Amino acid sequence: MNKPIRRLAVFSLALFGVLLLNTTWIQAFQAEWLREHEFNRRDVAERTSLPRGPIVVGNEQIATSTFVEEEEYYQRDYPQGELYAHPVGVFNPMGNFGIEQTHNSYLNGSDESLMVRNFLDMLTGTDPQGASVVLTLDPAAQQAALDGLKANATNGRGAAVAIDPETGAILAAASIPTYDPNSVADLSDVNTSVENWNALADNENQPLLNRVLNERYPPGSTFKIVTAAAALENGHTIESTIDAPASIPLGGSSLPNAFGGPCNGGAPDSIAHSIEISCNTSMANWAIELGADAMHEQASAFGFNSGPMEIPLPVTESLAPLEPDDNLRAQMGIGQGKIEATPLQMAMVAAGVANDGTVMQPYLVQEILGPDMSEIESTTPEVFSEAISADTAEQLTEAMILVTEGDEGSGTSGAIPGIQVAGKTGTAEVGDGDTHNWFISFAPADDPQVAVAVVIERGNASGGVLAAPVAKAIMEAVINE
Amino acid sequence: MSDALSTALPPVKRRNAELVMLLISIGITLFAMIEASLTRNGEMPPNLFLYGGLFGGLTLLAHVFIRFFAPYADPLLLPLATLLNGLGIAMLWRLFEATGSTDNGSAMDQLILTAGSLVVFAAIVYFLKEPRVLQRYPYLTALCAVFLLLLPLIPGLGMTINGARQWINLGVTSLQPSEFAKIALVVFLSGYMVTKRDVLSLVSKPVKIGPIKVLELPRMRDLAPMAVMWGFCIIVLVILMNDLGTSLLLFGTFLAMIYVATQRSSWIILGLSAFFGACALLYPFVPHFRTRVVTWLDAFSPEVFCTDEVIANNTDAFCVQAGQTSQQLVQGLFAMGEGGILGAGLGGGKPGHVPEVQNDFIFSAFGEELGLTGLMVMLFALALLAERGMRIALASRELFVKMFASGISFLIAFQSFVVIGGVTRVIPMTGATIPFVAKGGSALLSSWIMLALLVRMSNNARKPAPVAIQDEGATQVISR
Repeated sequence: MNKPIRRLAVFSLALFGVLLLNTTWIQAFQAEWLREHEFNRRDVAERTSLPRGPIVVGNEQIATSTFVEEEEYYQRDYPQGELYAHPVGVFNPMGNFGIEQTHNSYLNGSDESLMVRNFLDMLTGTDPQGASVVLTLDPAAQQAALDGLKANATNGRGAAVAIDPETGAILAAASIPTYDPNSVADLSDVNTSVENWNALADNENQPLLNRVLNERYPPGSTFKIVTAAAALENGHTIESTIDAPASIPLGGSSLPNAFGGPCNGGAPDSIAHSIEISCNTSMANWAIELGADAMHEQASAFGFNSGPMEIPLPVTESLAPLEPDDNLRAQMGIGQGKIEATPLQMAMVAAGVANDGTVMQPYLVQEILGPDMSEIESTTPEVFSEAISADTAEQLTEAMILVTEGDEGSGTSGAIPGIQVAGKTGTAEVGDGDTHNWFISFAPADDPQVAVAVVIERGNASGGVLAAPVAKAIMEAVINE
Repeated sequence: MSDALSTALPPVKRRNAELVMLLISIGITLFAMIEASLTRNGEMPPNLFLYGGLFGGLTLLAHVFIRFFAPYADPLLLPLATLLNGLGIAMLWRLFEATGSTDNGSAMDQLILTAGSLVVFAAIVYFLKEPRVLQRYPYLTALCAVFLLLLPLIPGLGMTINGARQWINLGVTSLQPSEFAKIALVVFLSGYMVTKRDVLSLVSKPVKIGPIKVLELPRMRDLAPMAVMWGFCIIVLVILMNDLGTSLLLFGTFLAMIYVATQRSSWIILGLSAFFGACALLYPFVPHFRTRVVTWLDAFSPEVFCTDEVIANNTDAFCVQAGQTSQQLVQGLFAMGEGGILGAGLGGGKPGHVPEVQNDFIFSAFGEELGLTGLMVMLFALALLAERGMRIALASRELFVKMFASGISFLIAFQSFVVIGGVTRVIPMTGATIPFVAKGGSALLSSWIMLALLVRMSNNARKPAPVAIQDEGATQVISR
């Protein structure tokens, strides 16, 4: 009788084998899906039952958790309202967004690096606490950026970003239209919060979109810095000249200068002068002359075409494709055609020139502090690329100073009294007649502390008029501290 | 390797090994309570010494008892049962005492029931010196089993809990007679099959397609026990009592035992076809059976889960009509998903999301708080218990004991599979209890009765054969 008993024993073991496999499947492989299932309401209760760590800018907590006694949950508050809405994001019944999402595990205390601490807390009986996330943002610069955009964006859409060129730390990142995170994070009235959120999501002006990182625009003439850099890196100098007529023929149509007429009285124009007055025809000729590879490589060196980036917020890729066709490449030489850049990308171009040609990796989180303010993690500046040589950077800086200070400068409203500003204007045609208005700059030119990119969406004026004053205000805010 | 070599267990007692393992089991139980209490309330459990003293003391007494009255018993049995029972008590304590609400159950009740079960355990080990005496009255035991199973159908006495009519009301307490019926059934089947073994296994009628023999079927008249069993499981248990769990359990055990007795796969093929055939036939006509299947297969459909939206907009939704939703099953799975591999730690999860978590779904509470790791420990403990039982069956010499030990062991394994498989969506949920772990006096008592039987049989199988006393010449040695 032993043989069937053995078989029965093996069968019984097989039954347990099935249970083991299935349990493993549920808890190891299906767990993620189960946790995020739409029927699963555990995390809403879970998420609000513990205090989240604060998000800090300067010395100020801009996202805090407050305990609501009667209902026994923690309410997330944003004391500065709309000011930091885009970079910080929001923690609400619909989910986590922005830094609240990317650093969720630190803020709610579940991250592995906090495990020892949590274990000790458990032993001593104190409630586990989340870590603080300290951002690189500069409150004065952020305020200046938002105020400047609101004052200058004629139809209420635009973005401004400021970087410390030496480190890559992001000092300001404002996008309008913006919204008040408190209006969608109120847990005492979840229905209204959800309604408000849905209204924002459906709004055609896309207030939830972070235009600094996730919207691409044609950069217009600000891209001429990249074209000029390509020329200088390929054996030319800032005084090298090229034909600069009133317009050049492009296949069936023509490409004129914005101001009508030639750039240098009909004579070939230097790169320096072309940047100062924002000459289209010379820069288009440079793009044709330098060739597809040189243009593509230079743009890529500044960060174009390098795929999505995380700072740690996701950044959309900026595009400068390889363009073998001369006519189309002429368009790209002045930042039109197939060139598309995020405001952050253009700030990286300015910052690269400011930092002797070295582009630093942009970052938004300075450090993460434990509940006892001890450092858990801190960001060390990293080199993103060596975009141009120091010599090229110096020559470009000279030319860009002329933009704000030269007799014929196109961006004089970006100048700051007593401080040399290197800048470049841009007015990019959208195709339906509207224009985006750009200004990129850095200051002080001899010892740059801040590099800026500003875009006013469909401002329909010039970059010098609409965008330069915003950039000026941001730079002043950083330098005057 | 010959049978004799592989199955003969050395006549060693290993009682000290049992003691060490038992202390570990008790330690795990108490540490589990301490962890739950520190996590939830930030203090040591207020009556830790009471629990430690009672639970530890009683199981240690059981160990001492085994030392004296069944010294050759398998040393793994008691520690494994103690571990499972202790984890159950710790989890119930965490669910009820630690949260300050003992309306739906309490660990203290479970502890008292454990104490009662241990007394019965000791009595069986002491009085049932030779389990083969149970072989004497097979038909009486069968009647007993049927009577127990039918008890809940008596009006006024029977109670319906959670849709299944498997309880009787005894005034002060309620009892689930099917828990004991299944043991009586194993006793009956062991006795019956030992006597009818030859007929059941040898006489056959070949089924031929042309000249090729495809299957050897038993004679019609030998099919009678199978037919009775089948009819009982389907008609009484499924249709009248809505007790799918017991039905599945009894029929499965029946098939396993008839296979052990006859070693004929035709019995299994016949049995399974009859069972599943009946299920397929009944499917359209027995609504509560259909409900179980739908909540199993479509657990994650909004119509079956019954989200608030579905309830608000749709009076025809499955759950509204059937009066049952997959909420419990799905919440249990969410709890397990939440636990992941390491779990939230005892006291760190939110088992309150799972309705009736103290019963079958105590498994998902363990999954949430102890994670995959903890569940594996529990599954291994149950599997080890069943496999040690099978080992006893292999090592025993008497046919009845072989049948009985393998039947009990399979019952433990299959019951674990039916419950845990139901909770983890391998099979439809049927409603039964994890041996030793889940809340409930009847289930706990029947588990300890099974353990007592295994301990007794294992002692008898492993003890050394009596040595003939040479001085007295040719006197025959009789072991009693």
